[in-house]
Amino acid sequence: MRWNETEYAGWGRVQTAHGEIARPERVSSLEAILSEGSVPAMGKRRSYNDACLNSGGRAIDMTRLDRIISFDADKGVLEAEAGITIGSLARIFAPLGWLPKIMPGTGFATLGGAIAQDVHGKNHQVSGSFGQHVLSVTLLTSGKRVIATPSRNKALFKATMGGVGQTGVILSAKIQMKPCPGEMVMVTERRAEGWDEFLSMLDTSTATYSVGWIDTTARGDALGRGTLEEGELAAGNVLKHKGTLSVPINAPGFALSAPVVRAFNSAYYHKVPVKGRTSVKPLDEFFFPLDKIRNWNRLYGKRGFYQFQTVVPTAQAPALREMLKQIAGSSLFSPLAVLKRMGPGRAGHLSFPMEGYSLAVDIPNRRGAQALVSELERATVAAGGRIYLAKDALASGDAVKAMYPEQGEWAEIVNKADPEHALETDMTRRLNLRSTT
Amino acid sequence: MSETWIILGATSSMARAFSRQVAGEGARVLLAGRDIDDLKRAATDLSVRGAKSAEAVAFDARNPESFGAVISLAEKGEGMINAAVFVGSMPPQEDIDADPSLIDGTVIDSFTGPARFLQALAPIMEARGGGTVVGIASVAGDRGRIGNYVYGAAKAGFATYLSGLRNRLTSAGGHVVTVKPGFVDTAMTWGLPGMFLVASPDAVAASIMKAMKKQKNVIYTPFFWRYIMLIIRHIPEFIFKKMSI
Repeated sequence: MRWNETEYAGWGRVQTAHGEIARPERVSSLEAILSEGSVPAMGKRRSYNDACLNSGGRAIDMTRLDRIISFDADKGVLEAEAGITIGSLARIFAPLGWLPKIMPGTGFATLGGAIAQDVHGKNHQVSGSFGQHVLSVTLLTSGKRVIATPSRNKALFKATMGGVGQTGVILSAKIQMKPCPGEMVMVTERRAEGWDEFLSMLDTSTATYSVGWIDTTARGDALGRGTLEEGELAAGNVLKHKGTLSVPINAPGFALSAPVVRAFNSAYYHKVPVKGRTSVKPLDEFFFPLDKIRNWNRLYGKRGFYQFQTVVPTAQAPALREMLKQIAGSSLFSPLAVLKRMGPGRAGHLSFPMEGYSLAVDIPNRRGAQALVSELERATVAAGGRIYLAKDALASGDAVKAMYPEQGEWAEIVNKADPEHALETDMTRRLNLRSTT
Repeated sequence: MSETWIILGATSSMARAFSRQVAGEGARVLLAGRDIDDLKRAATDLSVRGAKSAEAVAFDARNPESFGAVISLAEKGEGMINAAVFVGSMPPQEDIDADPSLIDGTVIDSFTGPARFLQALAPIMEARGGGTVVGIASVAGDRGRIGNYVYGAAKAGFATYLSGLRNRLTSAGGHVVTVKPGFVDTAMTWGLPGMFLVASPDAVAASIMKAMKKQKNVIYTPFFWRYIMLIIRHIPEFIFKKMSI
């Protein structure tokens, strides 16, 4: 296997790593690599931060191991290699009447990545997290194949869900899918004129899928205004998939400067009529709206961006409102901001979700960005909330351990599976995530 | 659609992408290659992706005795028999310089092996009144360059063979598409220095499908390689021989 020495980054592009990457196309080549010692694996690198980076070391690109291993068309049980993307699963299986139960915000996330970050989707409040629908996972750990399920190798299984790749290289996984009537989604959009109205709309929504877009530039009475999208799967086929656009080069700094974002957000808000509107969209347009623009991360220019995502318990909504106020006052906002109701569902020790409200915002890497994120992280800890390990790039280990009380238990299981710490990444080192004290 | 596609060298990523395209159109697919375990995995994948059926079958370009079983398996299907050739090997030129016997294997993998196979298949295609052959040649075959002229020579031989086969099969209603990819993002090119304008295997597969539907004879993929090679082919030899590109 040839190793490609290269510079690589996560989706936010603030952090980069230099190291050697192998990209096996067959299971036998992957096994040959791992027989000489464990190497951390990565998928399509859609985590925003350093979760998949291994500076100075080696990493395995799993994206060419992307085959379907078995499919039970009666029960909707699918087993596939870890490198297949959730978007391709949706494309292949929706016409056959099945859909992954959890669809993250980008179809480019791989099956292995969805497990390693225990991702959630727009139906979290109803259906929980990705790992809760994993029936079994095959790991290559210390050169051996290990199968873990919720009843067999239980501890290892739990540590693998949201386990940021530390229990072994995820070779393949079996998941339960849900029946789906077609390739469409019936979408209803409504305006929320301010924070309180937005929360009550989220609380009373009975839709299977719901997600709020929030205007982070709005201040005063309009603080917290935005639009709520609710969706239900619908029948119908997509005859011709629309093409994608691409951002070919890094955009200049002013592309997403404060006045531009303010103007964009206002237009975006007012696009939804006062009375709301309902439309039928193809699955991928509803679930993966940004995938239509390839390399959209280049819009933030070559300095990249941070994404900050926090969840706070339901009772702490006022704390979240304060965070939003801080963002709105900072001029470091961006068009992309998501407010969501979360349920309690989570599958692993380090899974992000908790019952409450989640806010996710992109923060361009400009002066003051790091300080703002640190502020928001402090506020999260104070509110008894959590930040998302797929996104955070700046937190300290102590803060993360405070947010994730099961971290010590997780580290013990992981350190048994990978005693040489060969699977550590820049993120686990930054957060000292594998320490048991 | 009751067509059979034989995919030679089916473990390669370009072959995988192409197989998924024909599977999506409901073809019966025979995955021929050496790594049977891997091909069996690929076969299941293709069945779920819409293939009428998909099977793995042993094939080694260097062992002509393996050819018969592939062809007779293909004959069991009704309708047209098509073949796509993705086999080939490209040892580094400096390895060949150190051990010239590597030339034999390179030429068998990239030219004479698949040519012998197609030669045996051609009468069956003629008897069934047509079918399509897709042959992967290379831009490296358009002009011998210091970096990989043995591989280039083998691919040039294969391209000439395909041209003759096209001539032969056309009268029987068949068609041959010669595909000359530039740099494709495969295990063969992974980590090689000097790669630029690299195409994904999926993009190459899509352009092959388009070329088949339009009955194109020779395609470069991505398309701009036609112009790059046009220029390279027209550099006068007295200049070219002093260049290192």
